[in-house]
Amino acid sequence: MTKDKKLLVAAIKNGTVIDHIKAGHALKIIRLLDLAKHKNLITVGLNLPSKATRIKDLIKVEGRELTIEEINRIAIFAPQGTMNIIKNYEVVKKIHAKIPDVVEYVIVCPNLKCITNHENMNSKFHVLENKGEVTLKCHYCEKSYLESKIKDYKNN
Amino acid sequence: MPPKFKDRDIISIQDLNKTDILYILKHAGELKKKPQPKLLENKIMASCFFEPSTRTRLSFETAMERLGGKVMGFADAKVSSAKKGETTWDAMKIIGQYADVIAMRHPLEGSARRASESTDKPVLNGGDGTNQHPTQTLLDLFTIKECQKKLTGLNVALVGDLKYGRTTHSLAQALAKFGARLYFVAPDMLQMPDYISDELKKQGVKFSFHDKIENIINKVDILYMTRIQAERFADPMDYERIKNVFVLTTDMLEKAKPSMRVMHPLPRVNEIDINVDDTKHAYYFEQAENGLYTRQALLGLVLGKLK
Repeated sequence: MTKDKKLLVAAIKNGTVIDHIKAGHALKIIRLLDLAKHKNLITVGLNLPSKATRIKDLIKVEGRELTIEEINRIAIFAPQGTMNIIKNYEVVKKIHAKIPDVVEYVIVCPNLKCITNHENMNSKFHVLENKGEVTLKCHYCEKSYLESKIKDYKNN
Repeated sequence: MPPKFKDRDIISIQDLNKTDILYILKHAGELKKKPQPKLLENKIMASCFFEPSTRTRLSFETAMERLGGKVMGFADAKVSSAKKGETTWDAMKIIGQYADVIAMRHPLEGSARRASESTDKPVLNGGDGTNQHPTQTLLDLFTIKECQKKLTGLNVALVGDLKYGRTTHSLAQALAKFGARLYFVAPDMLQMPDYISDELKKQGVKFSFHDKIENIINKVDILYMTRIQAERFADPMDYERIKNVFVLTTDMLEKAKPSMRVMHPLPRVNEIDINVDDTKHAYYFEQAENGLYTRQALLGLVLGKLK
């Protein structure tokens, strides 16, 4: 982490740093992981400078280690993302996000006629492409959407 | 080794590969030539139609009865417990405990997939909203093969409402597996959606867009007509302008190849002039009849009685 970035988003003592989030997606991740209910400090950086992608978002969660399940759940928003587990201001573990082949629960299908929007059930999307933007195909209604076209998400 | 069909769900044409499709068509052909009135004796098909259907429901039910099986079910969601708010999952799980096989139609997209997850009994999708209608696609392929004596390398025009028509989407996806050259003939606002044409492009399928039947009729082996519905147009004037452009008349057939055949999933309203019925090109009534043999083949296969 560069000195500049430390100035932009304060360091945490213990917890998780989700770095290299696609710009514009940090708030979605906060919603998905229900981080707003977290009692400890959460700091969010939006549109921070990034060498790889020009701009990125970043989230720091004090006092909580994210689980692998949680990390995979948000991987579609941070395909190049890294999760750093911090202990006493030091990175003790680095986990690279891996986009799963199937994304369950998280996405609300944009197709209003899809059964997932009418019955009490989980959504399920197949991740079709990893190059460039992620394309997601609904397991049920079979419609495909670019990740950027998906506007609504569930947090559990 | 022949593909395994016993207990398999038939939800989407995308779930079937070329070998599967040809295997189903082979059995449909055999059943057309030689009926098997006792094949499904002691088997029960649940016919669950949550929205109205004439041809699909009656041909599923006739197919089962002509193979010696029995049919129970409903033809209207108002008489099912869906009206009380029961989920598709619960309804189909319970129906699966009574029947050996389920044929269903439901207005929600993905409902057949959901139903198939709730029961171990095979589910045959008779249409889920505008999504999939695989048995229609299979009967279309059977009919194309029957009248053209082959399925590969054909020139096929899909005409009419290509934007909302699940029939033409599924047929285009299926024909892609057989190296067809496709012609999409539709008004601009009802042309084939990008998500289908992009998929075809990736598969290397040759296709082009047209706005008049006359421009392509001399090139094609199959002219697949569909209905354009007035309610698709926000402005009724737009509908009035195009409604006669996509009507097939006998004079247009003069340029067609002698072997060209006209197909239509039916119901027809006015998009095929009734005088076309008397020409050698008309093949839509045979097509509708073939639904019976294709559905018989599927019932026999998923119940493990056809090998």
